[in-house]
Amino acid sequence: MSQSQTTRSEQAQSPAEAERARWLHMYELMLKIRLFEEHVNELYLSAKMPGLAHLYSGEEAVAVGVCSALRKDDYITSTHRGHGHCLAKGASVDRMYAELLGKEAGYCRGKGGSMHIADQDTGNLGANAIVGGSAGIATGAAMSIKMRGSDQVVVCFFGDGALGQGVLYEVMNMASLWKFPVIYVCENNLYNEYTHNSQTTAGDMCARARAFDIPTEEVDGQDVRAVYAAASRLVERARQGEGPAFLLCNTYRYYGHHVGDIQRGYYRSKEEEEYWKTQRDPLKILADWMMEQGMADEQTLGQIAQRVQAEVEAGVEFGLQAPYPEPEEVVQDVYA
Amino acid sequence: MSTLNMLTSQRTGKAVREITLAQAIREALAEEMRRDPRVFIMGEDVAEAGTPFKVLSGLVEEFGPQRVIDTPISEPGITGMGVGAAMTGMRPIVDIMFGDFLGLAMDQIANQAAKVHYMSGGKLKVPLVVRTTLGATRRSAAQHSQSLHAWVSHIPGLKVALPSTPYDAKGLLKTAIRDENPVIFFEDKMMYQLKGPVPEGDYTIPFGVADIKREGTDITIVATSSMVQVALAAADQLAALDISAEVIDPRTTYPLDKQTMIESAKKTSRAIVMDEGYERYGVTAELAAIIAEGAFYYLDAPVRRMGAMDVPVPFSPVLEDQTVPTPDAVVTLAKTLCGRV
Repeated sequence: MSQSQTTRSEQAQSPAEAERARWLHMYELMLKIRLFEEHVNELYLSAKMPGLAHLYSGEEAVAVGVCSALRKDDYITSTHRGHGHCLAKGASVDRMYAELLGKEAGYCRGKGGSMHIADQDTGNLGANAIVGGSAGIATGAAMSIKMRGSDQVVVCFFGDGALGQGVLYEVMNMASLWKFPVIYVCENNLYNEYTHNSQTTAGDMCARARAFDIPTEEVDGQDVRAVYAAASRLVERARQGEGPAFLLCNTYRYYGHHVGDIQRGYYRSKEEEEYWKTQRDPLKILADWMMEQGMADEQTLGQIAQRVQAEVEAGVEFGLQAPYPEPEEVVQDVYA
Repeated sequence: MSTLNMLTSQRTGKAVREITLAQAIREALAEEMRRDPRVFIMGEDVAEAGTPFKVLSGLVEEFGPQRVIDTPISEPGITGMGVGAAMTGMRPIVDIMFGDFLGLAMDQIANQAAKVHYMSGGKLKVPLVVRTTLGATRRSAAQHSQSLHAWVSHIPGLKVALPSTPYDAKGLLKTAIRDENPVIFFEDKMMYQLKGPVPEGDYTIPFGVADIKREGTDITIVATSSMVQVALAAADQLAALDISAEVIDPRTTYPLDKQTMIESAKKTSRAIVMDEGYERYGVTAELAAIIAEGAFYYLDAPVRRMGAMDVPVPFSPVLEDQTVPTPDAVVTLAKTLCGRV
């Protein structure tokens, strides 16, 4: 853990205490993402947010499990469904909301919006609205790391929909040829927008990476402990110079493709959604396990919930109150 | 370099040799790679092969395969990796062998490279150079002959350079490599063997500064890249007819030096704009509009455009040669505009 994003409370603790603190921290991060997205949905439904957003609810264990295995100076690239990645890598909720609301204080000064949040300070090279669009950037960042002699690692997040775009295979080929430190994390939430991936994706998802001689792991993306364990293994080997890996995380998005996708009956059933929410919820799975292990009780989790709720509500308020950019800014930063 | 036989460049005070455009490109790359260890080249057949045009011959021997990198035939992949490497501290130069292959890489250029800086609110930068080619008449047919620089000139966030002489090629490429933005750099594959005076050592040419390749008083010919030599040949013929043509090379389509073109058209009252891209919706349309707006009250005739014929570039020489403007065609049009039919 010495190389990971440790929490303050992990330092100078017994291994058991450190482990408890780690899972509690991941629980808090997952809850932060969950509540963040619920408020995004409310902002949309109450017409306070321009445009759309693609909510990460249900997939929290993937971003949190993976990013918890990274250092602050490691890079990620994210997707249109990227709020979870940003928060898990260390972005703050207030500037996230400011960006979603098109405000000057946002991470991109209001110029990026929900689908393009980038935060250099936390190693986030940006979310991308082209589903396979960041594969090149992530792999190029890994190339840069190798050329600079750094021991950073890159995680490239993408969904199962991106498996349809060829650039991913081009860069996986080169990452394997040249042993770049990049982990391709496929978030398989079953749907390419409004189409089940059984209709779009032939063959075995992991076999695509194996064809390039890239090691693969497939995990239950609802179990943050499984995601974290696998990501830690793959990140560590990448950091040691052993090259890229492919991590398939099986997960589910609770909301539609985006916040406006409300009538979903034509492509998936309410029963299916209910099953995932009640039987496969990543927060519940971790909470139940921590309680079984005696690491947490209702009171501890309740305190976390209160704290996160307050942080998120303050963030929403910050975003709503923040000023818009000056109109003159429209022509700024087209060129560096 | 209007005085072609100078032994020493007045601009730089350095020794000047006659070298080819390909050598000028190679020299710019080598000097920049010596100057800045972050600069590297990747592309198809760029190392030992030195590209099919042999422009990069010798670079891998000096800089090694870690900095002159042969890649798979994966234009989107290498362009995207160039974007990512540029965002994280390197200065990549991606070689796209034929401009026609930009179609493959276009998402990485137009949606990624061009937009990262703006979308991130000015935080991230993409100091990337994409070198590629343009130009027909190489008997290479429809997928290896196009001049597609209008595509990228259209996209805010990109800069576009198109040298027409060895001197400009070296100075503009150095500027491109040092720029903090993505630059698409077009080389006319038919001009690689064109010779011209080039100073030894370091000099740069700023983007957005047109060069008056030949001064004149009766008609302005604005020409880019491959069309500059055509315009200069036409100007020679016109001089014999006692028509004095001024030839202006914008050198970069973005940023674009509008003022030099407008001032010239005001002076001569007539203008032809030439570019090897397809004429329709092309660079010539933009240049003509700028002159028409900026010099309207001074013009004695409509601004006329000469671009590539609006057909896929055909293979047969008899057909292909018709598709690109020639000096004779320029002379005919210039005479018409000057009332000398």
